[in-house]
Amino acid sequence: MSRQINIAVIDYGMGNLHSVAKALEHADSHVSVKVTADRHLIANADRVLLPGVGAMRDCMGEMQRLDLIDTIKQAAANKPFLGICIGMQALMTHSAENGGVACLNIIPGEVERFADGLTDPTSSSAVSQNEHLKIPHMGWNQVNQQIKHPLWQNIPQNQRFYFVHSYFVVPQTPGPVAGSTVYGHPLCVALAADNIFATQFHPEKSADAGLQLFHNFINWDGSYDSSSCA
Amino acid sequence: MSLAKRIIPCLDVDKGRVVKGVQFVDIRDAGDPVEVARRYNSEGADELTFLDITATHEGRDTIVHVVEQVAGEIFIPLTVGGGIRTVDDVRLMLNAGADKVAINSAAVANPDFVREAAEKFGNQCIVVAIDAKQVAGKPGTETENEPPRWEIFTHGGRKPTGIDAIEWSKKMVSYGAGELLVTSMDNDGVKNGFDLPLTRTISDNVAVPVIASGGVGNLDHLAEGVIDGHADAVLAASIFHFAEYSIAEAKRHMAERGIEVRL
Repeated sequence: MSRQINIAVIDYGMGNLHSVAKALEHADSHVSVKVTADRHLIANADRVLLPGVGAMRDCMGEMQRLDLIDTIKQAAANKPFLGICIGMQALMTHSAENGGVACLNIIPGEVERFADGLTDPTSSSAVSQNEHLKIPHMGWNQVNQQIKHPLWQNIPQNQRFYFVHSYFVVPQTPGPVAGSTVYGHPLCVALAADNIFATQFHPEKSADAGLQLFHNFINWDGSYDSSSCA
Repeated sequence: MSLAKRIIPCLDVDKGRVVKGVQFVDIRDAGDPVEVARRYNSEGADELTFLDITATHEGRDTIVHVVEQVAGEIFIPLTVGGGIRTVDDVRLMLNAGADKVAINSAAVANPDFVREAAEKFGNQCIVVAIDAKQVAGKPGTETENEPPRWEIFTHGGRKPTGIDAIEWSKKMVSYGAGELLVTSMDNDGVKNGFDLPLTRTISDNVAVPVIASGGVGNLDHLAEGVIDGHADAVLAASIFHFAEYSIAEAKRHMAERGIEVRL
């Protein structure tokens, strides 16, 4: 591909986006990355990335204050769109964080908190037997690809990615679940719906596997065959 | 399928240079934090921690440039500690590309700083460093028959504070610490292994992840930190800097001991 791909990383004041921008640039030399809250730049970009750290109330509040809600919904409706962490959770209908926050309702479902006192009875490792699990879920966990998808290309099944979160998405139907992990129980950590892909983990902090996922996103035309299983 | 225990090499940085001698044979500039970070990343480090030990205020700008450079090309989590005293210090480091900051003596001087920083930037980026020394129940001392007790020390372990380390850990988590970095000031630099009872007691008493630090001399020490110390991550400096062991060797050893690691 010789054409330059313009990517808008939506800057809604939630944390540092330096790593996301740098990782995109590292992942593919054909990109031009703009970290921006400018509605025109977002509307005219070839790809849109909705990142995020922080709490959901602030996240939705900032999107409203910057008048970005319609712009984000438009982008999510018609071009390759990647949500990361809070940027994934924001796509759902509603989050339990901060006493309950209405989200973008692009993918029907809820965002729930890990229960206190979770244990890990499934693991056979020396130390995890019935170990009480810490919150946040922080560190490198394995991602089981539930579907075949262009964004999983050249990424091995059960590859580890870097997570840091206390809330997780529960889609209304299993349809959009693209990847899962286990932390006390199975949970959805990647979503795919038409031109949208979203990850609970941080590709920008997941070393080579994360860069590969970014590379796949940059080179994705926004379509996939939703009938195929991994 | 479960979460991997993390191995975190720690780099001491003075005026922008890695100190405590790194002895990699095939590295061009062993004092360059970016080169060293690159090396650890390629060996499979799960995160990197930079400890800024620069004494002068003027020298401190250099750590910001180090973080910017490393964050621009190494895509694993970065923590910066040393001299983080104000909300502006936290913001500066996060904007430079750090994912977390470690707060040490400033938390003891002003616990509300931890709360303020966690509320502003999120618990996930606030690591509180717990520097503790055993003050009772230590074998071979006159209090050896007492129940074990640890106290928080500041100024590199020279100054006692009278604060109980276990109570302090719980308090820091309630103030918003997303992770605790537990260093035994008795064991630091001694190479006899972590203080396992200290690490385990704190880890079992808090809901957030605990990083064990201080005292690693061999690979078994790392494994013990997880198996007996109940640590979620292990941090070491000198065994990696002096190329005694590579990160990859450390991970293979931990895997052989039945610990989940990212290989």
